[in-house]
Amino acid sequence: MAITELANPSRFLAVVQPILPWLTAAAALMLGLGVGQALFVAPDDYQQGATVKIMFLHVPSAWLGMFCWALMSVAALGTLVWRHPLADVAGKAAAPIGAAFTLLCLITGALWGRPMWGTYWVWDARLTSVLILFLLYLGVIALWRTVEDPSRAARAAAILTLVGAVNLPIIKFSVDWWNTLHQPASVFRLAGSAIHPAILTPLIVVAIAFMLLFVTLHLAAMRNEILRRRVRTLQLMQAERAAE
Amino acid sequence: MQLSAADLTCRRGGRELFSGLSFSLAGGQALVVTGRNGSGKSSLLRLVAGLLRAEGGRIGLEGGDPEASIGEQAHYLGHQDALKPSLTVQENLRFWSAYLGPAEKKPEHALERLGLSELADLPAAYLSAGQRRRLSLARLITVHRPLWLLDEPASPLDAEGQVRLAELMQLHLTRGGLILAAAHGSIGLADAQELKLGAVP
Amino acid sequence: MSALFALFVRDVRLAIRVGGGAWMGVLFFLIVVALIPFALGPDNALLRRIGPAILWLGALLASLLTLDQLFADDREDGSLDLILMGSAPLQLAILAKAFAHWLTAGLPLVIAAPLLGIFFNIDLWSMAAVALTLLAGTPALTFLGLIGAALAAALRRGGLLVPVLILPLTIPVLIFGVAASNAAIVGPLPFGTPFTILCALSLASLVVGPVAAAAALKHAD
Repeated sequence: MAITELANPSRFLAVVQPILPWLTAAAALMLGLGVGQALFVAPDDYQQGATVKIMFLHVPSAWLGMFCWALMSVAALGTLVWRHPLADVAGKAAAPIGAAFTLLCLITGALWGRPMWGTYWVWDARLTSVLILFLLYLGVIALWRTVEDPSRAARAAAILTLVGAVNLPIIKFSVDWWNTLHQPASVFRLAGSAIHPAILTPLIVVAIAFMLLFVTLHLAAMRNEILRRRVRTLQLMQAERAAE
Repeated sequence: MQLSAADLTCRRGGRELFSGLSFSLAGGQALVVTGRNGSGKSSLLRLVAGLLRAEGGRIGLEGGDPEASIGEQAHYLGHQDALKPSLTVQENLRFWSAYLGPAEKKPEHALERLGLSELADLPAAYLSAGQRRRLSLARLITVHRPLWLLDEPASPLDAEGQVRLAELMQLHLTRGGLILAAAHGSIGLADAQELKLGAVP
Repeated sequence: MSALFALFVRDVRLAIRVGGGAWMGVLFFLIVVALIPFALGPDNALLRRIGPAILWLGALLASLLTLDQLFADDREDGSLDLILMGSAPLQLAILAKAFAHWLTAGLPLVIAAPLLGIFFNIDLWSMAAVALTLLAGTPALTFLGLIGAALAAALRRGGLLVPVLILPLTIPVLIFGVAASNAAIVGPLPFGTPFTILCALSLASLVVGPVAAAAALKHAD
């Protein structure tokens, strides 16, 4: 089926409803597998001890937090340029999930930083730019919550999302541009990954699990949003009918 | 019960709207205030409600609760409907019946009388102007207050709504209530007296 | 359900529904507090020293900025007329609205403050003390803010009028709030003295705020 056919909200619901349980199961399975590997298979770090294992949550949630904004930016283009009927639904549904992953990234980072750096928080470029990402998420959510009419909120949220996308490369390259306390990228590098396979494998598994979790939550949230809008339309029609 | 006003003077924004205005209204009677725009119809109603202060003169409600002000014994229906768009129809009405209370009727009954039962769980934001006005009228019959102050009550209503409004007002009068209304035209009450403002320049 | 309780419940509902401002204040607080280190630079020792003052300033601005619509909305849609015509004394009706506002806009600030303390490296016990001073002091901000909100509604002017009118009145609250916080974190003064004065300010404004706001609203027209 072509992706364009999914543009119809009814078609979207018909496709998504049956696959959601399977996605949920797959996400749960992968998450169990990944966390199990991370806890029991991956070795302790010779310097950091068992503390290093928080990385298996920290790094994937950071990826997802950024990926989610990237997805929202594409959805924002969909709203503004292509006027795709599901684009703003996708954007709205993604914001709270992205905020949750970003918050998870901040919390796990703080818990990791305490034993490593002796403090929960430093005002370092990487940490600060992720905090700004979190604040931007909250701003988009607040915008959606302030305006009752979804079609009016959609364009404003889309513009805000695209402007906020400027922050993504800043986060990514903050560790290279500024001399920071946060360690530089070690998984994705031109010269090949700097991580031992025993650690890399569980990390990849957890990342895939998070991705599945994100897709599941996002599709479910989109379904809820479509249904919420239908309820709204029905209520408006009911009020109109009663007026006749 | 008798509402009487003597020698009322009202001044708004440095302009005298009316002076030396006197009228009286007994239980079971209605008085319709007419006059061109800006003649002080709305101000007179707000003055009786206690929302404005008169420059001179006095207003009294004999036979009412001596402890309470006239405003506390009156329903005021102004140009706005005092509804919150994010609350449902039912929540809006329940709030006003609890706040202005004690409620004499169940809010559900009032909604039914005004043909709003179907819309009870809808946010008030979705209502049309006529439906909003009917919801404000529901307030008048859930809580009993002897004096009704109605400012252009029929303006946003359709024909059917106007009939319902007339029925409600008639019922209120037969139960000994008082109605002071401001209107441009007729409000559907046959034996209402008329008070013309701004007739004498 | 009594009239005042009904008003309280309605205002809480309005604040948490779509379009209500319950979370805006706390979001504003978060952003203001997060901005300060960008302006000052990441000097941990400095941030730790001025952290309580920043939290207090943030809470002060956040609670006043959310207040300007407290009566203005009711005035615009005609609700205020009916509130004035209720049997409940206007001062108490205003107080009910103030409690609803504090619960939805003030209390979230108190809850958020300890989390924000992490950004300033303030330790847990000190942060609890700062949160306690905010718990005791933010009601004073709300009650004093009532006066400005009522004047703004009476004059039909919103926006920055409320903070401009009210910020000078809140200086004592700020002084004793920050003094109590600093006493808890660095000493050497005892925590009790400024904290008791802070509580006294809240109680005094509980009386003054609604009475003054009622006077402003009654003479609106």
